[in-house]
Amino acid sequence: MSVPEAAPLRHTPLYELHRAKGARMVAFAGYEMPVQYPTGIIAEHLHTRAKAGLFDVSHMGQIRLRGDAAASALEALVPGDLQSLAAGRMRYTLLLDERGGILDDLIATRTDDGLTLVVNAARKEADLAHLTARLDPGVAIVPRFERALLALQGPAAAAVLARFVAGIERLPFMSAAEARIAGAPCGMTRSGYTGEDGFELSLAAEHAVAVAEALLDQPEVAPIGLGARDTLRLEAGLCLWGHDIDETTTPVEAGLAWTIAKRRRAEGNFPGAPTILRQLADGPGRRRVGIRPDGRAPAREDAAILDPAGKAVGRVTSGGFGPSLGAPIAMGYVETAHAALGSALALVVREVPRPARVAALPFVPARYYRG
Amino acid sequence: MSLTRYTKDHEWVRLDGDTAVIGITDYAQEQLGDVVYVELPEIGRAVEQGKEAAVVESAKAASEVYAPVSGEVVAVNDALLGEPAKVNADAMGEGWFIKLRLADPKQFEALMDEAAYQAFIAEEQH
Repeated sequence: MSVPEAAPLRHTPLYELHRAKGARMVAFAGYEMPVQYPTGIIAEHLHTRAKAGLFDVSHMGQIRLRGDAAASALEALVPGDLQSLAAGRMRYTLLLDERGGILDDLIATRTDDGLTLVVNAARKEADLAHLTARLDPGVAIVPRFERALLALQGPAAAAVLARFVAGIERLPFMSAAEARIAGAPCGMTRSGYTGEDGFELSLAAEHAVAVAEALLDQPEVAPIGLGARDTLRLEAGLCLWGHDIDETTTPVEAGLAWTIAKRRRAEGNFPGAPTILRQLADGPGRRRVGIRPDGRAPAREDAAILDPAGKAVGRVTSGGFGPSLGAPIAMGYVETAHAALGSALALVVREVPRPARVAALPFVPARYYRG
Repeated sequence: MSLTRYTKDHEWVRLDGDTAVIGITDYAQEQLGDVVYVELPEIGRAVEQGKEAAVVESAKAASEVYAPVSGEVVAVNDALLGEPAKVNADAMGEGWFIKLRLADPKQFEALMDEAAYQAFIAEEQH
C-alpha cells in the first residue's frame, strides 16, 4: 500500500529572508513557516514585549468584499455590528454556523468601497467557499491570498513605524491607514495578536522583502517566529481557531459574547442566534477560562481538567509556558460551576493530576494604544 | 578511550566508576529549543534501558528522556527544577539529569562513541 504524498508546502514572499536569518522552518497551515530564529522562542517573546518584533503572517488570508452592501451582507454570517463601522475602522468578529459554532474568527476593516477581511491561514479556502456560497451576490468577493502581511508588534512599534510614516504613531487602535514604506504602498492597521501595541501591514508580495528588511534594519526590531507568536497570544488570552474555538464552541462559551453587538442581539438574525441568545439568557454550560498550574509542569492542549474530587470537568485547549510570567499557563473549557476565578482544578499531565486554579485573562495586561 | 557514550535518541551517558551520569546531548537541546521544565525520577527507582527515565519540556513540546542503560537511580539534578535553562546552557555538563548505578557495563560499551554519534547526527540531518 502506498501513502499519498503530502501536498508541497507553500512559501510566503519572505521565505528566503527567513532562511537567511537562520530560522527553523516548520509546516503550518500548508506553508513552510519560521517557528523560531537562532535566539529562540523565549528571547523572541521577551524582545517583542520589551521592544518590537516583526512577524511574517503572509500565510493568513486577505479577502476584499466590494460593494455598498458588503457590511450588511456580511452581517448575515457574523454576529458583529459592521454597518456602524466607519471607513477606516476595524472590528473582530466571527463566522458562525447554524448551530452557533465558530467557523473562523476574523478582522473586518471598513473601506471606502466595502470591507477587507483577514482570516486564519488554515481556514482561508473554507472561508472563501463559505462566503461565495452565502454572501449576497451583489457583493464582489476578491481573494488576495497572494498579498504579504507583516505584523510589527511591541512598545517600540509605533516609534519605529513613525520613521517611515510621519504621524502614524497617532493612528487609533483598531483603525486603518494607507501609506508608503520604502516606496511600497501599504495598508496599515493598528492591531495585532500579541497584547502589545502594534501594526499589521498588508502589501504586494513583490515589496515584502524590501519592507521587511527596512523594518529589520531598525535597532529595536527583531524577526519573531510562530513559536513566540503563540506564547504571546496565549499570555494575551487570545483565542487560536482550531484550538480554543472551532465549530463545536459558541461565542458565549468562548467568552466572546462581547463580539455580539446589542443591535444584533435585538434583531436575532445571525447564524445560530436561537442557541446563542438562549446561552446569553441562561448562561452556557461551560466556559473558556484561563488556568494557572500551581507547579511548574506545563499542561498542553487536550490535557484533562478535573475538579478537586477528581471528576473530569473539561479539557485544555492551549497550554504551555508563559515567558513573561516565567510560569506555565493554559486556557481551556470547564463546566460553568468550576469557571469562577480562583476555582481549584487539577490538570492531568502524564497521567498525574496536578493542582491548578482558574485565573483571569489576559495573563499579561494588554498594552494597546489608547491615544 | 572515551568514557562518554551516546544513544540514537540523543542521550549521553558518562561513566564515573560504576555510576552512569546521564543527560541529553547538545544537539538534542538545540533541537528542542528553550527548556522550560524537567521532570526527574525518584531516587531508588530502577530504570530499564530504553524506557522513560525523565521528561524534558521545551517552549513547544514535551519529550521523554530514555535511560541509555539500566540501573538504579542514585541521584537527580535538582538544580534543573529551578533552572531548567541549564540544559540549554551546558547540556553535557551542569545540565545532567540523573545518575544511575550501572546494572550491566556491557550495555554501556555497546552504545555509540563520540565519533559514531557525530556521524549519526550528520546522517540524520540529511
